[in-house]
Amino acid sequence: MLGQGIAKGLLQTARNLVATYVDKDRLPTIEYPEERQKLPEATRQFPFLVHDGDDPSKGLRCVACQICEKECPPKCIYIVKSKDKRVDYKGQTQFYPAVFDIDVSVCMSCQICVEVCPFEAIKMDTAFEFSTPDRFGALLLDKHRLAKSAAHYREIHPADAAESDAVMAAESAKAEAKAKGDAEAKAKAAAAKLAAVPNVSPEAQLPPPNSGSDSPTMPM
Amino acid sequence: MTSPDQIFVSAKEWLVALFPAALQPMVGALVSIAAIVAVYPAIFALTTVVERKLLARFQNRPGPNRVGIPFTKIRLAGFGQFAADGIKSLTKEDIVPRDADRVVHFAAPIVLVVPALLALSVLPVGRNMAALDLRETGLLFFFAIGASTELSVFMAGWSSRNKYSLLGAMRGIAQMLAYEIPLILSSIPVVMIAGSLSLVSIAERQSAVQWGVFHSWHVFTPWGLAGFLLFLVAACAESNRTPFDLPEAESELVAGYFTEYSGFKFALFFLGEYLGLFAVAGVATTLFLGGWNAPFTFLDWIPSWMWFFGKLGSLVLFSVWLRATLPRLRVDQLMDVAWKYLLPMSLANLVVAGLWHFTAAWPAALRWPLSLALLAAPHLLLGRGFQKRFGPRVYRYAADPRPAPANPAA
Ligand code: SF4
Ligand code: SF4
Repeated sequence: MLGQGIAKGLLQTARNLVATYVDKDRLPTIEYPEERQKLPEATRQFPFLVHDGDDPSKGLRCVACQICEKECPPKCIYIVKSKDKRVDYKGQTQFYPAVFDIDVSVCMSCQICVEVCPFEAIKMDTAFEFSTPDRFGALLLDKHRLAKSAAHYREIHPADAAESDAVMAAESAKAEAKAKGDAEAKAKAAAAKLAAVPNVSPEAQLPPPNSGSDSPTMPM
Repeated sequence: MTSPDQIFVSAKEWLVALFPAALQPMVGALVSIAAIVAVYPAIFALTTVVERKLLARFQNRPGPNRVGIPFTKIRLAGFGQFAADGIKSLTKEDIVPRDADRVVHFAAPIVLVVPALLALSVLPVGRNMAALDLRETGLLFFFAIGASTELSVFMAGWSSRNKYSLLGAMRGIAQMLAYEIPLILSSIPVVMIAGSLSLVSIAERQSAVQWGVFHSWHVFTPWGLAGFLLFLVAACAESNRTPFDLPEAESELVAGYFTEYSGFKFALFFLGEYLGLFAVAGVATTLFLGGWNAPFTFLDWIPSWMWFFGKLGSLVLFSVWLRATLPRLRVDQLMDVAWKYLLPMSLANLVVAGLWHFTAAWPAALRWPLSLALLAAPHLLLGRGFQKRFGPRVYRYAADPRPAPANPAA
């Protein structure tokens, strides 16, 4: 009968209207500034610089190798390498970035800088509220604004951070083994030298073949 | 001490009495005009917010709920929105296309708003509360004024020199002319039964008591019910409300006949449309829903003007509900509804009203079924054809010359 469909439709929409007042699931809007949705773990916005320890000015992992600067497709990273070296968190003497700027108005969030960095020093952040009345200055993030702690990284991307930590642990283990190998080799060489003093042979001057199989590099 | 029912009437009398006798008619008219110009735009402002909020709820959204009092944290659940919208449309740049006919372009929104306000002036909004009681011609005046909005639509569409505006105006004219006829025909039974064209006396007539506690609203009769529904459909079309919003179909015509309007003139069009909606809702209330009468005699203590505006508001809310439910008609379907359904149905309703008038002495058990049958039969007969026309369309294509693909099962 003519009109039946209209009545049915009216009933349907009325049900919707009432449901939004009764049923929380029927009003799925999240009212943003007050309420927030939990971001999915894979969220990424702009890169940040990871630092270990509490002091961002000392703990930056970045050694200013400038690989990311060269690889960034839109060329939004600007790095000035330091003139001097300083002792980093591992106790090694390294260069550090005197200037490290990322223009987030240009950055396209491609994550290439993260992929190419050999030092686990740059990672993607989830912060997205960058709205500002200043178009230029406020969107050019310097190293102070970019620096965030490793704890922050573990919090926003737990799985990735665990992976990254594993890589770092493996590397430092490698470095330690190497240092140990070095020390052993040195000790051996010294012993050999000592033993060979009365009867100097040319072979004994050479360093012994590397004994540790987990140490890939030759001691120098 | 005056009763709350007559509070506005007495206030006006008191105000008018302050002036010398020679000026009194003029002051009285001015007071009424001021009331109309203040009250209906205020309802319009409220309606814009309520409509947006309700539409949002129909679509499972919260709707506007932010704008409250500026510089405070008070949000008023978004009811400050109309002020923000008003300021926005007042301060926006008023663009007139270079090739437009400036004079006509300027006049069109005024030609829309002024008749709408005039039409509102004949509505009896309460007991003794009609700004303009035209004893001989009330309803006729209303329809005559209402018809002049078509002029505004065409002025706007034509003067803009824009194809979308013109298409919208053409559609608007076709639609309004087509629906004017069922609109008037469906209200004629009321005039036949009431024996008067005056809206004031039509409203007064419905305060008679029937079945003990009911006021005899016209909608409580077979012809009244059918007339009310027909009037509602036609009124929706007259005020360009969804599902009859073809003249301003956003998805097809940008904004229809007011595509080229911006700023305050656009706001005037908006206002005019809503005033038109209030006017037809007010007339539907007066003709069929008992005007300012309460439904039951024991509710008579509620002031009459509250009843009128309550009913008007309910009809407006119903039109929001319709808007949230029904999709827009196609142009040919629109014409079908007017000429092949509403027109014959309103003619049938005239017959039923005549029958009702001449069978006043018959028992209700005979009168009611007979009248309802006389209405149901044409409804069913006319509706049969519509089922086919409004159902899913079957598209026919030219024969495919390629051989049919081999049946994989074979
Ligand atoms: S962030 Fe990584 S790749 Fe870029 S300069 Fe620093 S260490 Fe090199
Ligand atoms: S995410 Fe991509 S665009 Fe952004 S700084 Fe890194 S490499 Fe450049």
